Order: sequence, then C-alpha cells, then structure tokens
Amino acid sequence: MSGNGIGYGEQGGEVAPELAQEAAPTTAPSVPAAFGLFSSDTKKNEDLKQMLESSKDSAKLDAMKRIVGMIAKGKNASELFPAVVKNVASKNIEIKKLVYVYLMRYAEEQQDLALLSISTFQRALKDPNQLIRASALRVLSSIRVPIIVPIMMLAIKEASSDLSPYVRKNAAHAIQKLYSLDPEQKEMLIEVIEKLLRDRSTLVAGSVVMAFEEVCPDRIDLIHKNYRKLCNLLVDVEEWGQVVIIHMLTRYARTQFVSPWKTDEDVGDEYNENNFYESDEEQKEKDRKVKKTYTMDPDHRLLLRNTKPLLQSRNAAVVMAVAQLYWHLAPKSEAGIISKSLVRLLRSNREVQYIVLQNIATMSIQRKGMFEPYLKSFYVRSTDPTMIKTLKLEIMTNLANEANISTLLREFQTYVKSQDKQFAAATIQAIGRCATNISEVTDTCLNGLVCLLSNRDEIVVAESVVVIKKLLQTQPAHHGEIIKHMAKLLDNITVPVARASILWLIGEYCERVPKIAPDVLRKTAKSFTNEDDLVKLQILNLGAKLYLTNSKQTKLLTQYVLNLGKYDQSYDIRDRTRFIRQLIVPNEKSGALSKYAKKIFLAQKPAPLLESPFKDRDHFQLGTLSHTLNSRATGYLELSDWPEVAPDPAVRNVEVAESAKEWTAILSKTKKEKPTEKFYSESEEEEEDSASTSATESESGSESEKERKEESSSNESSESSSSTGVSSDSESEESTEKKTSGAAEESDSEDIKKKAKEISKSRSTFSSSDTESSSSEESSSNSKSESDSNNDSDTEKSRNATSSKKGEKTVQGRKAPNKQDVFLLDLDDFYPVTTPVAVPAAAILSPSLTADLEGLSLSGSPVIDVTTQVFVPTKMHEMLHRMTGKGLSAHYQFSRQPCIFGDRMVSVQVTLTNTSDQKIENIHIGEKKLPPGMRMHEFNPIECLEPERSVTVSMGIDFCDSTQTASFQLCTKDDHFNVNIQPPVGELLLPVTMSEKDFKKEQGMLTGMNETSATIDVAPQNSTSRVITERLMKAANLGVVPSGQDKIHRFAAKTVHSGSLMLVTVELKESSTAQLIINTEKTVIGSVLLRELKPVLSQG
Amino acid sequence: MCFQQKMIHSLFLINCSGDIFLEKHWKSVVSQSVCDYFFEAQEKAIDVENVPPVISTPHHYLISIYRDKIFFVSVIQTEVPPLFVIEFLHRVADTFQDYFGECSETAIKDNVVIVYELLEEMLDNGFPLATESNILKELIKPPTILRSVVNSITGSSNVGDTLPTGQLSNIPWRRAGVKYTNNEAYFDVIEEIDAIIDKSGSTVFAEIQGVIDSCIKLSGMPDLSLSFMNPRLLDDVSFHPCIRFKRWESERVLSFIPPDGNFRLISYRVSSQNLVAIPVYVKHLISFKENSSSGRFDVTIGPKQNMGKTVEGVVMTVHMPKAVLNMNLTATQGSYTFDPVTKVLAWDVGKITPQKLPNLKGIVNLQSGAPKPEENPSLNIQFKIQQLAISGLKVNRLDMYGEKYKPFKGVKYITKAGKFQVRT
Repeated sequence: MSGNGIGYGEQGGEVAPELAQEAAPTTAPSVPAAFGLFSSDTKKNEDLKQMLESSKDSAKLDAMKRIVGMIAKGKNASELFPAVVKNVASKNIEIKKLVYVYLMRYAEEQQDLALLSISTFQRALKDPNQLIRASALRVLSSIRVPIIVPIMMLAIKEASSDLSPYVRKNAAHAIQKLYSLDPEQKEMLIEVIEKLLRDRSTLVAGSVVMAFEEVCPDRIDLIHKNYRKLCNLLVDVEEWGQVVIIHMLTRYARTQFVSPWKTDEDVGDEYNENNFYESDEEQKEKDRKVKKTYTMDPDHRLLLRNTKPLLQSRNAAVVMAVAQLYWHLAPKSEAGIISKSLVRLLRSNREVQYIVLQNIATMSIQRKGMFEPYLKSFYVRSTDPTMIKTLKLEIMTNLANEANISTLLREFQTYVKSQDKQFAAATIQAIGRCATNISEVTDTCLNGLVCLLSNRDEIVVAESVVVIKKLLQTQPAHHGEIIKHMAKLLDNITVPVARASILWLIGEYCERVPKIAPDVLRKTAKSFTNEDDLVKLQILNLGAKLYLTNSKQTKLLTQYVLNLGKYDQSYDIRDRTRFIRQLIVPNEKSGALSKYAKKIFLAQKPAPLLESPFKDRDHFQLGTLSHTLNSRATGYLELSDWPEVAPDPAVRNVEVAESAKEWTAILSKTKKEKPTEKFYSESEEEEEDSASTSATESESGSESEKERKEESSSNESSESSSSTGVSSDSESEESTEKKTSGAAEESDSEDIKKKAKEISKSRSTFSSSDTESSSSEESSSNSKSESDSNNDSDTEKSRNATSSKKGEKTVQGRKAPNKQDVFLLDLDDFYPVTTPVAVPAAAILSPSLTADLEGLSLSGSPVIDVTTQVFVPTKMHEMLHRMTGKGLSAHYQFSRQPCIFGDRMVSVQVTLTNTSDQKIENIHIGEKKLPPGMRMHEFNPIECLEPERSVTVSMGIDFCDSTQTASFQLCTKDDHFNVNIQPPVGELLLPVTMSEKDFKKEQGMLTGMNETSATIDVAPQNSTSRVITERLMKAANLGVVPSGQDKIHRFAAKTVHSGSLMLVTVELKESSTAQLIINTEKTVIGSVLLRELKPVLSQG
Repeated sequence: MCFQQKMIHSLFLINCSGDIFLEKHWKSVVSQSVCDYFFEAQEKAIDVENVPPVISTPHHYLISIYRDKIFFVSVIQTEVPPLFVIEFLHRVADTFQDYFGECSETAIKDNVVIVYELLEEMLDNGFPLATESNILKELIKPPTILRSVVNSITGSSNVGDTLPTGQLSNIPWRRAGVKYTNNEAYFDVIEEIDAIIDKSGSTVFAEIQGVIDSCIKLSGMPDLSLSFMNPRLLDDVSFHPCIRFKRWESERVLSFIPPDGNFRLISYRVSSQNLVAIPVYVKHLISFKENSSSGRFDVTIGPKQNMGKTVEGVVMTVHMPKAVLNMNLTATQGSYTFDPVTKVLAWDVGKITPQKLPNLKGIVNLQSGAPKPEENPSLNIQFKIQQLAISGLKVNRLDMYGEKYKPFKGVKYITKAGKFQVRT
C-alpha cells in the first residue's frame, strides 16, 4: 500500500508539468548502473512515471507501450497505477486505449485509485457517438471494482435502451461482467436480459443469449416469446453468437417438444399414444382424423430448417453446433445430413479434427449408417498425429460390418506394420473388437493375430496376446492349438501384461492342455522372484488351478510357489498367497469353503465384452467440453429428456406490440394461415388481397402435399392436406422460400431483390449468346483477364432491358407493402447508424440495398421503394373507456406495418380488454358511419372474451389520405357503443427509401405550390441528427434518406391511399433554427403534416 | 453463491522451449502456474503434434492449439464448446499472420502493443467481439516499415482515428469507404487432391478439396455474382459469411458483397464418388535386406492423365524408419537431402518432363544389428499443375452490380497435391 500513498500524493499535487517535461528526456537515458543493489525495475518505473507525466503525447505513448509490454510478459506494473490513471482522459486515442488496457488489468488490485477514472467513463456514456458510448461501457464494466456496481447497473439499464444496437450489444456483454462481480444483482439483470431478448437486432441476439446462458439459463420462460424471432434471425447473427444461440435452442427444444424419435422406431405402438400427445389446442381443431404418425411441432420444424444452412458455415464451431442440434433434436431419418459437413471438417487443423472425430466416434456407435458412406475418409495417413490416428481407428471399428469388414481388415493390416507402435497396438485391439462383433470374421482375425505373435516388436506381440486371450474366452472350445502356441511364446515374451495373459489362459484351460500346463508352472516357478507383480499373481492363480485339477503332478510345485509368495515384498502377493492357501489346501481350520474351491476357481467366466471407449459418452451433449473430457465440466447444463407431453405451444405466440399478425392464431382458424406464414417467411404470395383465404388455404395444402412427396421416406411429413393447422403452412413455407431469391441477410426490401433478379435474368438471357465466347476465351487464355468489350455489350443490353421494364417496375412498387416481412428484414440494424456518424452515407446504409439502388438508377428513372417502418409508436389511443363500455375497454394504435387487407389501407391494432367479471360474447363491428370513399376492413368477430383477458386484433382502414374520423359501432352480444378512430397525419404515410439523388430530382418536380415550408426553433438538445431522426420518426411514419450533408436531413414517404410522395427536409440553420420543408402533391396533407412536425423539434 | 465465468479467461503464448512469452487476461488474473499442467501433458506426449488440445486441471480447463511453433493456451473455467475456443484461437493466429506477415515468436514480441490492442478488440470479457480482419484493420492499422518511420517522426499512432463502421452494419466483413484507382477482382480456384495410393498403385482413397481464394480490390459497395459452368460438381460447400445462401440454394450462383482484400470465398469438396484423375504415378522399389545392414531404394515419378499440362513443383518427402543411418542416392533430376536426426528424406524434383522421368536410386545404410524395418515408409508427394482444375470446375462469369466502373476481372486455376500419400 505504500505505492498507493505515493500515488495519492502525486495525484494531489497535480504535478508541475514544466518540471516533468524537463525531467523526462534527461532521466530516460541515464539509468545509472551504480545503484546495483536496487532492482533496476523500480528505477525504470521511476522514469516511466516521469514520461507519463510529461506533456508530450509521444513520451506518454512510449511509456504506455513499455508498460503494456511489461503486462504482456506478466511483470508487475501496478505501482504505476496513479501515474497511468491520470491519462484516462487523454485526447490521443492510442494512449487512451492503452490506458484502458492497463486499467482492466490492475483496477481490481487498486480499487481506490480506479475510482478516479470512473467519472471519465460516465461522461463518455453520454457521448453522441455510439462507438464511444459503447467502449466506455465496455471499460467501465471491465473494471472489477465492487463499489461501482450501482453505477454499472445504471449504465447497463440505460445502454440497453440505447438507439444503437452496437451499444445494446455491449450492454449485453456488460450484464455478464456485472453478474460475475456481484451475483446479488441477478434479478435486476434478468429484467435487462428480458428486455434485450426482445431486441430484433442481429448484433444483439448472440450477446444477449450469452448473457442469458450465464445469468439465468434456467429461465426458459424468457425464451418462449423470442423463440421464433431467434430462429429467424439466426442466419444473420455473427458466427460466435450463432454457436451460443444454437446450443441454447437445443436445450430449449428438448424441454418444449415431444420426441420425434419414437415413431422412427415403431410406428405401430405409437398409434394410441399419439392422440394423447396432441396438445389441447390441436384437439380443438374439429373433426380431424386420427393421425397415425407423429407430427412435428411447427416451431420444432422451424428450428431445424433455419439451422440447416449453417452447416455450410466456414466456422467449425458453428457446423458442430448445428450437427449436435440435429443429433439431439432431428428425427433420426434427417440427422444424416450432418455427416457430410462433419467429414468436411476433417480437412481442418489437428485440433478441430480431434474434437470432430471424438464426436463422430460417439455418433458412430449409435448410428452406424450415418457415417458408413464416408468410411474411406477415416483412413489413416502415416503423417497423422497418433491421437488422430487412434480416433480414426475407433470410428472405423465402430463402422465395421459384414459388408465392409474385408476392406477394413486389409487396411488394418497396413496399420499393424506402422512405425508408430502405439498405433499398431491400438489397431490390434481394433481387430479384436471387429472379431467379436462380426462372427464371420472371428476365425480370420484370430489367425491373423496368431501370426502377429511372431512379430519382432514386443508391444505388438503383447497386445496380440491380450486380444487373443479375450477372443479365446468367447469361444475356447476349439482353440487348444493356439493355447499351446502361446505357451511356447512365454519363453520369449517379457511384457508383463502379455505374460500374465498367457498364464491366465493356460490356467483357465489347463484341462485342455494337460501336459503343457504343469511344465509352464515349473518354468515360471523358477523365475518367480524376478517376475512383475502382475505375473506373480497369475503364477499363483495357475498354481491354484492346477492344484485343483491335477494335484498329483503339481502339488509340490504349487506349495513351492505359495511359499515364495508368502515372503514376497508386495503385500498384495502375500495376501493373495495366504488366501489361496487357505482355500485350496485342506486343513482343520478351513471351513466348508474349501470344498467349493474348484467351483470358485474354475467357474465358467463370462467372456469380456470388447467395447468402444466411447460407449458411455453419449449421455453428454455432443460438442461440449464435458463430452470431450468424458466428465462433467463445471457449469455443464444437462440436456433434459423429451417431455412426455409437449408444454403448451401457444406460449411462443407473440402478441400485441410485437406483431399484429399473431392475433388470429388464437382467435380465428380460417385466418390463421396467412399471418403465421408471413411471420415465418418472406413469402411473396400475397399478391391478391384479404378475402381469398380459401385460395391460400388450398395453395398451402397443395404445397404441403408436394412437400410430403418429397419427404415420403421420413415419417414426419405433414398432416392431411385438409387440415389447416399451423404445421402444414410451415411446411409449405419451405417451397415458398425457394421462390424468393435473396438470402435473408439482405435487408433490402423484397421488391428490390425482385428487380435485381429480373435484371440478372434479363442479363443472363442476353448474355447467353456471349457466354460461350467469353468462357472459351477465359479458358483458352487462362490469363487474368476478361475482355471488357464483352462486358460492355452486356451492360449496354441490360440497360436497355432495365429501361424497358420501367413501367412494370413502378407497378410492382405500388404493390410492395404486401410483400414485406418485418421480422426478417432487420432494419433496426442500420437505421440508427445513418444518423450519428458522419461518414459517407452509401457505406452505412444497408449496403446491398444502396448498391442495388445505385445499380438500378443507371436506367435514369428514380427508384422509390417502400421499406419497413423503423419505429413503431407505442402510443395507445383510447377508443372506448371501460366505464362507457360496461367493462369492455378498447384502445387502438398504429402498427405502421403495411396492411395485409389492402394496400391502400392503414393497419390499426385494436386491443380489447374485458375488465368486467363476466364473459363478453360476440364482439364485432356494427354499423359504420364512414365519410364517402373511406373503406374499412373489420376484424373477425370475437366469440368470447374471458374476464381479465385481452386480445389484440387488427383491422385496416382506408382513410383516403385525409384525417377524417372513421366512426363505427363496436358491438357485443348485448350492447353497442359508438366509437371512432382519428388518424394523426403521420400515420397516413408509408416510409420509402430513395437515394439522395432521386430525392433531389423528385423535390425539383414538386416546387411552387407543392412546397410548404416553415422556420422553426430547434431546442439545442435536439440538434443532433440522431435526435432529429428519432423525433421525426416518432411523429410520422417516414423513411430516412441518406444524406451527404451534415446539416440537412431528408425523409421520404408516400401516402397510403394514393401513393403520392411526401418529401420532408430539415435544414439546420445558425442560431438554433431550422427550415422545415415539405414537398408533396397532396398540399392539404402536406400543410397538416408541417403543422404537426413544427413543435416536434422545438420541444425540449 | 456459485456463478459462472464462461468463455476464454486468459491466454498464454508458449514457445517450443516452454517459455511463456505473452499473457493476456480478460478477467481476473490467472497465475502462470496453471501452465504447469500443460507442460506436464506436453512432456507425456511423444511430440508436439500429440499434445491433447483439451486438458483438464483441478480448477481450470486448458484448450490449446499449436501453430507455427507456438502454443496458444487458453484458460477456461466452465463448460464451453471446445471447437468454439479452438476456432477462435486459430482466428487469432490468422490475424497475427495477416498483420505481421508471419505468426512467429519474434513477430509477436516485436509488436507486443499491437498484439495487445488486437486481443483487446477481439475478445470482450472472453467472448469474441470483432474477428473480421476488415474491421480490425480499421481499428488498428497493421505495421509497415514506412508507417513506423512516419510514426516516429510525426508521433502519430497505429490506432485508427476513424471509428469502424463495418462493425455496426449488417455486413461486418466489409469496411466502408473503399477506394481504388484500379478496380480489380481476382479469383484463384485451387484444388487439392487428397489420395492414398497402395503398394500396387491402385487408389485406395481419393477426393478433391477445392477453395476459391479471392483478392478483391473494388471501390464502393460492389455486389458480385459468380456463376459456374458446372456447379453440380460441388458436393459440399462452405461459404464465407458474405455469400447469400438462398441464392446458392435456388440458382447455384455465388452472390455476395465481398470483403475488401484477400479472403477465402468458398471451400468445397468434389465427392469421392466421382472418379478422381490422379495426375502422377510412382514406381518404387524399397527393400531392406535381412541380416545385412543395407537396403535398396529406387523411386521413379511419372505423369499421367494431366490433360496436357506440365506437372511441376514436385517434391517427395519420406519419413524413413528409425533404423536408417544414412542414404547414398543419386537423382537424375533435382536434389535430395536426408536428415539423419529426423530421418526425413526430401527430394526436390521440380518439373516432370515425360521424355526423361526423374529417378532417385541408391543404397540405404542401416544401423548394424538393428532388426530390419518391417514396414516400408510411405511417400508423400507434392506437386502443382498450373491452369487446371482437376475436377473440371469452370467459372462461367462474374457480374458486378451496384457500382458503375468496370472492374478488371481474372480467374486462375491451379491443382495441387493435398495429402497425397503413396504406400510402399
């Protein structure tokens, strides 16, 4: 602590900079050797201190670099703490970073001093730059100082609702750190985890699941609502997060779904049980036929389907994670797909090979068939390390069967001769196992092993003896010859195990070799004193057995041996000698036991089972540390058994603010299909609007039919096509998925992809004539070139193609809202980024999107596409108060999702709550009083609403681009109430994306009377781009247009009904004012919007 | 209260002579003494290759990899998928390789500050944070001689002053604001033949492992799609994260926004069901006489089925049995070396001309008195064939969307021997 004292003093003095400045250069070179007694370390540190206190950044940096070097070597640099910590606020990024490194290393040891740095981080937590906020949180949470736990807690809470997903990701990391610092915070942290689990950003997903696994892995209930989202996001999560999520979902699935395996084994038995398995919800479904086969829960299927592509990952850990998921969760008929990928990993470095081979070894015991086609991939190369060789051998042995045994044995023959003797020995054991498992080859193997007995290498011979002994035990009847042969070997073999094995064999079968056995005993009695303990015990055994069977010849010999044993050094042997003597030599003291001595010694012994050492590993989850070590590692989470009855699958349904689409799953069967489908996939099929449920139904039916044909081999195909259950449409999703071209990772909207595809198609058709020439050129020259002229003509043509398709495209653009999938398009990811950082916009906007956009703008026509909403307002408007509604209350909110009922409608979510204590029946919409032109799509009647329950339904209203009120009656069985919905103008819009160029072009066409503008005061705290975006988004459903200028923010939308453009520009001026400009054809709406947006930015 | 500490706790770098030359802790400090368990295991193993990657100690688990004569030993406290750690450690080694040109002890010691900064960015609390080299290079600039000179004069630093944006986008592998005057995209299709040939010259096992390595220097945000003439050849493919999986599933086209610089686009396997053309054959006669301390060695390598291309870069390495003392050989082509300590014979043949086949012949001297080696050593062959993908895979075309300039495009094919072993 003396170091601390000094530190404080210096800190307090705040150091005269001039002095330090002078001192630094002089002392640095003059480390005098005179002070030989002092360790040079302390003096070096002295000079480091001075360098740190210098005012020059370069000196500080130098010092910090040296200090980091010390830390890296494991030297103690803690006494520099006070000098280092002062630099935490340095302007130089590199110094700052190195100070962070230092702090994380030593803060725990110097808690008091570490507190000095906290305020710097607290300040940085409020920084407008998300990266600075994130790194501040990271360092703050890495300082393991218990006093700051409350500060950390606060920081985490705040960061978890930060607009930037990157900051939220760091918040998730911080959770784990805080938890390990102070487990008392668990409850509060779980709340944060719960909140972050709801996050839709792929950046956050992996980290928060990691935190979940660490803090509260048993709170499986937190996962329910996020299960489907996690499944859908999985492909886009970064690779390390994928591993964690997959492992977590494996555990989750084992608690939530019923086993898909039973039916694999025997379908017949399951006939009755299966009904029992169906959950209540399923049973409600009227007149369904009794199913013969097990039907997989659609969520279970979803998981399997969404993890499958990850088998293609370049990351071995991801591939292994998916493999274990399939192993533990998939029907047995489907698990086969993982073998190919696992075999691929064998090309990787030896550590990966080692782990993968271990897992394959476990798998190959239970299901040979999976890896049999890849048998040759496990052939051993002489250059493999021994541990890899033995694992490969293990797998080959597991895979051996009647069909391949002859090839395998030939291969084994090569291995036996290997220079690597340890491996040769393992091969002999493997041969032994093959011999016992496959009776056809037992004799061949035995003969082969006997040949090996004449091998020159002792280890090989010894191993052969041991294996032969085991083999003979299984069928001793006709192998007298071999035993004789082995008896002869006894003269030459010195390896104790082998000698012991031979002796045991002779003793055991002494009656078959009556002449040889006593002679062997004679020989070994002579050498008794020089033998290994193991051999001595067997000599005693042999003597005892001979004494019992052939006492005439061997009585004296045995007694001699027993006498030798009596005075042996090892107490084990003395003990055994005494025991045997009492048992076999009759005297007055020995009781009844000696009568049975023969039965005891020469009892029929069960043959040993030659088993794989991997036999017992299967109770560990594959791919885990515990599996590798074959012992429970700390923190290993047991994989539970399948539940007998699946818990209620409805818990995974997502409601209210999450998705307007899910409501129907509970309420209406006919509507069920579409919402779920949209939820799962980016299906494009909803071209035609609401009404045609029947069409969809049949479509999905036929698709599931198709599916079934494909999968007819596996038992788990879909239920009958008449059923409209969730499972059938999830099945069909696979095929609809194929229609969409792009991967889910592209966060561009569907129709852009479609266009891009169209273009590529048109290109390919055009280029097909070119293809030949270009390819031939390529192959003939093989140089790194491809003619540009070729390329030129291509693009030229495609340009033509694009422009000719222009008209078509605009039509598609209109239809776009129907084709979106909010859940897969993860726009949260990039939207906050566009705002705070001043970098070229094209780079940060979802790049594929911008790329596509720019590619398309070649044609010269502006590209305007509807995107998903980026902000969902949570504000609820009251529609019906519970007092007036006699217990029924109703609220509505605008979900800002493209309406599924019609593309000119605004979707409205209505939450109905029963606050009375009686059921409310038949809630529906009665008489409508709508202004002319306005249309409304009602929600389906709700048959019954239990007390204290609430449902959320969604409806569509076409407001005709006006803010007029939609009035209608909300009816129950007994009552009707007049209610109305008035839309804020901001909700009559759908956000669109466009490039800056297009924006300007469009704006140029909408001037004059189409332009309204106003100058507004901007509150100073509102002048950052992030806040501006956030606030405008909240007020109106706008899309951000990437802007190259810092001061100008542009937003674009179109009206829902007429699709007219609505362009909003915010131009920040001097002295906290701004110009707000709106360009639109719909001047009325434009001016109303202007009025509404004005106060938004001026409010504090 | 028991709480868990997941993932990587600490990392030690250990050289072959057992010195710990770097340590890094992401949580509380773990004493170096934990490595004693590792040294113990190292002693037990016959050679470095056989040190088990996972070791259990009373309080920790050690997961290690061995790369370029360095052991990366990580300390783990609780259950974690071992491959997760192994894969990450290799990523760390790759990054060092990428930054310093080699992943050696000296390179790491010389750049200890950068190493520390890298490790700090790559792991947070033991959980991988940024592992993409494109992002890391924006955060921490790799050292170059020029830069170190400039830095020492101007006092500027290696730490990027721009903040990385790639990490925030949903294409973390590409850095933002890439600009080149010459826009180029090169693809190297590299195929390796893995084979085991038995004594009689018949193929026991053969398959083709391929990769496409790319070097993309394109400005802006190019969106590329690469198509093949015969995509069905690819049996099992693994992708760089940039590739759109669904597009591949539906159209067999590789569509992607590439990272900037060098990266591995895909690796694939051509199924072993297809017949693999083996481009070389080996005639060998190796024998050790009983009771005399010598043996004969005679190996000839010849080309076959090489589609008219030259086989070059041929090297043969043989691990001779321990009893071999020395070898007296003559090579008709190239040169050979024999290391009496490791017993490794290496013959650098070079190019094979069909007219005059390279041959290596002579006498093997054995330790007198030692028993005759039982097994003949197997021959490991390396070779290269330029301008040929042995599987017949052909790139059809490369299209670029999203940018207006015309890139320079090139595809190169090469076939190599992978793990190519001839048993004798």
